Amino acid sequence: MKISLVDYGVSNLPSVERAFERLGAAVERAAGPERIAAAQAIVLPGVGHFSAFVEALRRRGLASPLAEARARGVPILGICLGMQALFSGSEEAPGESGLGFFSAGVRALPATVKSPHIGWNQVRPTRKSALLGGVGANDYFYFAHSYAAPAQAEPTVAACDHGVAFAAAIECENVMGVQFHPEKSGEAGARVLRNFLEAAR
Amino acid sequence: MTLARRIIPCLDVDAGRVVKGVEFQSLRDMGDPAQLAARYNLDGADEIVLLDITASVEGRATFLETIRRVAAELNIPFTVGGGIRTLEDATAVLRAGADKVTINTAAVARPQLISELAARFGSQAVVLSMDVKRTGDSWEAYVRGGRTSSGLDALSWAREGAARGAGEILLTSIDRDGTCSGFDCGLTAAVAQAVPVPVIASGGAKTFEDFLDVFREGHSDAALAASVFHSGEHSIVALKRFLAEREVPVRLSA
Repeated sequence: MKISLVDYGVSNLPSVERAFERLGAAVERAAGPERIAAAQAIVLPGVGHFSAFVEALRRRGLASPLAEARARGVPILGICLGMQALFSGSEEAPGESGLGFFSAGVRALPATVKSPHIGWNQVRPTRKSALLGGVGANDYFYFAHSYAAPAQAEPTVAACDHGVAFAAAIECENVMGVQFHPEKSGEAGARVLRNFLEAAR
Repeated sequence: MTLARRIIPCLDVDAGRVVKGVEFQSLRDMGDPAQLAARYNLDGADEIVLLDITASVEGRATFLETIRRVAAELNIPFTVGGGIRTLEDATAVLRAGADKVTINTAAVARPQLISELAARFGSQAVVLSMDVKRTGDSWEAYVRGGRTSSGLDALSWAREGAARGAGEILLTSIDRDGTCSGFDCGLTAAVAQAVPVPVIASGGAKTFEDFLDVFREGHSDAALAASVFHSGEHSIVALKRFLAEREVPVRLSA
């Protein structure tokens, strides 16, 4: 099985690529719709601004093949902004729609805490998931974001607190996502990526 | 569940080698950057900062190669600075494998650079680095490796940097750097209070207590040090155990 890493122009692809390769996975960069249409497993990494990200996905014709892949049951993992893009929209870009796999909207972290939420934090499982199998209460993950989906969003499987409870990880059938950066989260992050590979197998 | 305080080893690099500077001056060879980075990654470092301290035009290709070699060793965040003056410079550094860029002199010369970088790469990828010296009863930001005064009040400049989109402030006390007399907790607390973004304290670390003080009294989100780690004087995991025993939240790997 090969992992198709969605390449939309600007991203932290090398570190995600390297993290999967360390786990023995074959990785290809998927820049066009035909690559997404043929993918066996899809990873959607993302950094930067919500509107630039979803615009780039649409401009490159990747939004529809991603929705089709979801409907076909192809395993999909969104990372950071890539997870946020799976929701209907974001306060970062009012009026701009996301991929809309889930109806909740992404919100700004409250002004009562330091933002961006940058650094290592723990997550609290809210229900059982394949993605976070084996993750312990003392494991930390690296976060770097100013927006997040609410913890109450329907696919949430783990929450984190930073001024507000937000979705740290989501899972609904073949669609998964993490607000943190598993590729930057040491051994704990590697476990999450391994769990995705196993779920995709 | 709390955001952990970060311990960040810093690699000051000149011509592909890690060097040690004392009060922004004399240099001594401390080893290979990729080897040191790999060691710190295993030892529980929360992030690695790599600074090109010469930032000469001729040395740029070497530096990008160093970034690639270091990035290949890491599964933790990686911040790179030194000589980044334009969007193109930042793009090259991020493409080579950095997760964040840190800028100092170029940001003072043209503050708009902070906004441009944040718009392109997101605030989480932009660290404003400030070298600060006490003058009378205030603090002033210095540029060019701490050699030239910018004339900017450190607190105002930190506020402006954060408002323009810097996601973190890397705050170095010139007065303390290389002196082994502890972090400047007063300065750190003042900046941490002034800005709504995380602050990384730097300059003066010697003992475990120094780190404890900068988290407790300086209210810093992270602490950066170089020579106490390079020399092997402190292991990062031992430092983090010390902090954990004193109820500072830190990430201890299983």
